[in-house]
Order: sequence, then structure tokens, then C-alpha cells
Amino acid sequence: MAKKKFVVGCFDDEAVLFPAVKKVRTAGYKIHDVYTPFAVHGLDHAMGLRETSLHTAGFIYGITGTTTAISCISWIFTKDWPLNIGGKPHFALPAWIPIMFELTVLFAAVGMVLTFCYLCQLAPFVKKHHFHARATDDLFVMAIECTDSTNVDDLRAFLSNNGAVETDFQVAEDGWWIGRYDKDEMPFENKQIVAA
Amino acid sequence: MASLRTQFEVPGKMKTWSFALMGFGLAVLVYGMITKGFSSDEHEQVHFWGTLMYNSIFFTLICNASMFFISVTTLAQAGFTQTFRRIPEAISTMVPIFGVITFAVLMYIIFGHKHHIYHWLDSEAVAADPILRGKAGFLNPNFFVIWSTLTIGLWSYLGWRVRKLNEECDNSEMDPETAAKFIYRGTVRTALFTVWFALTVGSTIPWLWMMSIDAHWYSTMYSWYTFASSFVSGMSLIALWVIYLKNKGYLELTTQEHLHDIGKFMFAFSIFWTYLWFSQYMLIWYANIPEETVYFKHRVQGPYKGIFFFNLIINFLCPLLILMKRSAKRNYTLVAFMAVLIIFGHWIDFYQMVMGSLIKEHVTLGILDFGILSFFVGALIFFVARALASKPLIAKYHPYLKESIIHQV
Repeated sequence: MAKKKFVVGCFDDEAVLFPAVKKVRTAGYKIHDVYTPFAVHGLDHAMGLRETSLHTAGFIYGITGTTTAISCISWIFTKDWPLNIGGKPHFALPAWIPIMFELTVLFAAVGMVLTFCYLCQLAPFVKKHHFHARATDDLFVMAIECTDSTNVDDLRAFLSNNGAVETDFQVAEDGWWIGRYDKDEMPFENKQIVAA
Repeated sequence: MASLRTQFEVPGKMKTWSFALMGFGLAVLVYGMITKGFSSDEHEQVHFWGTLMYNSIFFTLICNASMFFISVTTLAQAGFTQTFRRIPEAISTMVPIFGVITFAVLMYIIFGHKHHIYHWLDSEAVAADPILRGKAGFLNPNFFVIWSTLTIGLWSYLGWRVRKLNEECDNSEMDPETAAKFIYRGTVRTALFTVWFALTVGSTIPWLWMMSIDAHWYSTMYSWYTFASSFVSGMSLIALWVIYLKNKGYLELTTQEHLHDIGKFMFAFSIFWTYLWFSQYMLIWYANIPEETVYFKHRVQGPYKGIFFFNLIINFLCPLLILMKRSAKRNYTLVAFMAVLIIFGHWIDFYQMVMGSLIKEHVTLGILDFGILSFFVGALIFFVARALASKPLIAKYHPYLKESIIHQV
């Protein structure tokens, strides 16, 4: 948990955003993230993000669900409390498959949602810094992480030249935190954003 | 666009292969027909005509699945199919050809009075049997002949109308108004096909052609099961042709993105097939009523046990585990391998659906099955290649073509 310095560029058009992302990356700047009002097709690819491992996690959760179901039911129906149901064998696999399926889906779904929230740093009572309030409305907001050698003015000029309608310098916490906007000391220094 | 190779030329090697397959198949077919089909022994007759019947039905249905694929994607206004749409179109031209073969076989069974295949053809047995009497409105030769004629005729005709309309995109660019009208006309024509498809493959035809072999037994799930089986094999067949043409340097505009979507269909409908397989099996297993379990008894516990569960492994476990990953669906070699496996798997499925009911005592899978299979595969290769060569590989001026070119999964 440390505050970092960011240069923020705001774009009002996808068609301008894509070439800008490409140029910023070629120039060697590190893009922290791009916040968009809606899902933009191909942006992850343009930003060079690796493919998510969420589905691998989902597979593992699913397998866990199947295993839980089969081991639980088979133990109950063959060892713990065997019952004669319609003369069926105690190990009645076809009858268990719907439950195994449901538990697979349940584990995979719940597990993936929680994992997704964790990866996106979303949770109840948790706060995150907004680089620009209009990122939820009509602006494409690109946050670039500054290093010690970054010249902020050059970078802002560079963004403006590449079509940014608005640029900004912010010092903010890049992760999540628990607190209250109205009482606690905010881990960012941008009054305008707080007001918005 | 000028540099695209839109004209498919049938390679000589492909022709040779298709003729070799057809020749071998025809030799086995004729030999089988003489020794078994027209033999005086009823078991031999059942063996031959049953084998010919499930093969011809299987191939008719998987070719018809191509037209269903075109229809539903058109109705859903899906753009991504446009770069390779001529392939399912070419495959669906097989419906009249295989349909006529199927029709001939079925008519031989009906008019040759082969009541060892369709028990309900035996009018004395029907008269003495309350269950069959109750079904007589549906299971009778007249209805069978009329409905089969209508079915195969309308599949062919409605499919031909859909293909015919698409030719309008070959010649000249459409202005927006004509294009909108074109899309609307396509919607109407494919909707007609889809409705007819639902009334036949989706419900009556598998009951009539295949389920009625077990004249006393019935399962409302049977037609959906047959549909799922034929659709997933149909998608695999499209995938195979796409990969073949890509391999030969055609279809420049069809990319991994399109293959990925075809792969998804193969994966999803393998799961769908299993869902139906299981639903049908589990309900009957659970209720455990003798008149229902009669269908599964010799399949699960008798000589067909091996084939029955082998079927489940190659049609469910293999697609599930192999095609699950995104990278697998984007890999040409793997998708081609899986496509062959799935088609073979569902051919085996059709085998056990028909022959498992006709000859319960032992598994008949042998040279006759593979010979007839090779005849149909050879015919499929030859005629589909010819149909592909008869038109440009891409409908150049289709309104959705651009959407398909920039398609991204």
C-alpha cells in the first residue's frame, strides 16, 4: 500500500484511444490501466494484457465441486447411512449425476465470481480511487504510472498530442482500501476528483 | 479482393480417392446385397438392410444439419459465417442425393414387407396387439411413405431455395435498400426451412425411421437425441472441409476466429448430446419399468455393452476434455482430429441405435458396415467437392461479409 504517481489522459473516442495506447506503449511508458464506460473489443490485446487465467480457476473449482459431491454422496449412501431406495444399488451413480453436475456448476460459478471480484479488487466496503468520474459516463481514461525518471510535463504534452482531450497529474493509492470518503484521510491527493 | 482464390478446383488426387472409396464401398454393397440382402435367411436380410439404412439416414441427417446451421445463423443474423458459408451450402446439396438413397432403402423395407425390421408392418401382429393398435395412426405404411416423401422433398426444396437466394450476392454490389430486402428474404426462406426441420428432425422423423424399429418402446427424447447427434457431426463435417480448404490455400478470409466458433459448436453440442443421452437413460433407469428398460437391457448388460459405453467416451469425455481449452479450438490439427473422432463416434451411435435393436444377440460391426461407410464417405467427398467448384467460395457482395472478415472471438 503505497501512493504512486500517475499521469492521466482522457480520450473521448475509441478511434483515438487505440492509436494512443499503441504510441504510449511504443514510447515505453507503463500503462497502469485504461478505464472505459463500456467493454471495448480488442483493447486488452492492444494494451498487451495476458489472457486471463480465470477459466483455469473455474475448471479447478468445478472439479472440486464434482469431487465434493461424489465423495460426500457415496460416503453417505454406502457407508454412513445406506438406504434401500426402490431396490436400487447403494452406489447408484446415475441418480447422483444431477447433483454432481449442480455442485460442479455451483462451485465453479461462486468460485469464479469471488475470484473475479478479488482480481478486480471489488468487495463490500472497499474503496478504490477513481481517476476520472466521467470514466463511467463517456470518457476513456488512461492512467500511466510514473517512474522516477518520468517527466510529467513531457508526458502530458505527449498525451495531448495524441488526442487526449484532458490530461492530469495525480498521486493516488493504486490498490483497494477500507475507509470512508467523508471521514478518513484519503489515500490520494486530488480535490477535484473527490468533489466529483 | 481480386487476389483471393475464390474458385475451387477439385484436385485429381481427391477425385481418385473418392472414386476408390466409392468403388470399394460399392463392391462391398453389391456383395452384401447378393449374399445377405436377397438371401432367404431373414437374419441376413435384417443385417444388410439395417446396416444400409442406418448409414444412409446418418449421412442424410449430417448433411441436412449443414442447412440447419445456415438457417439458424441466418435467423440469428449472425455475420461470422459469411466467409465460409459456401461450405455448409455445398454440403447441404447432398441432401437430395443421400435423401433419395435413404428413401429407396426405406421404401424397399416398406414395400418388401420387411416386418423383421419394422414390426408394425405385420398387420396380423398389429391386429392382435393393443399397443401397436394404439400407435397404428402413426405407424402405418401409408403415413410412413407420405411423410417420408414430404420430408425429403421439402428438405431438398427449401434448402435449394436458401442456396439459390445466396447466389444473388455473387454478381454485383447491393444498395442498402436491396440489401435490407435481401436479408429479409433470407430470413423468410431460412425460417421456412427451420420450421420444417423442427417438424421432421426435431420430432417425427427419427421416431418414424429409427425408433419404430422397437415398435413397442418409445422415448420422447429420441428425436432430440438424434438431432443432437446429427448436428454435432454436421458441425464437425463443416470443420473438416474448412480445414481442408484452408490447408489447400483457399478461404483466406476464414481465420482461427471462425474455427474457434465452429469448435465451440462442436464442444457445446457434444455436451448437449450427452445431456439428452443422460436424460433418456436416467429416467428409464430410475423408473425401472420393464417396457421401458427393454431398450437398454441388452445395450447396457448384453453384447452391446462395449459399444454403448465406448460411444459415451468418444462422444462425451473426449470432446469435453480435449475441446475445453480455448487454444484447442483454435488449433487446426486438433479440431480436425476431433472432427473425425466425433463423426466416427456418432456413426457408432447410429449403429447401436439401429443395429442394437435389430440384432440383439451379437454385435455385427464388420466389413459390411465399413464398406458402406466408405461408399458414403466417397460420395460425400466427390459431390461436395463438385458443388464447391460450381460456385465462388465466397459470396462477395453479401451485406454481412465485412462483419465476418473482422470477426473476433
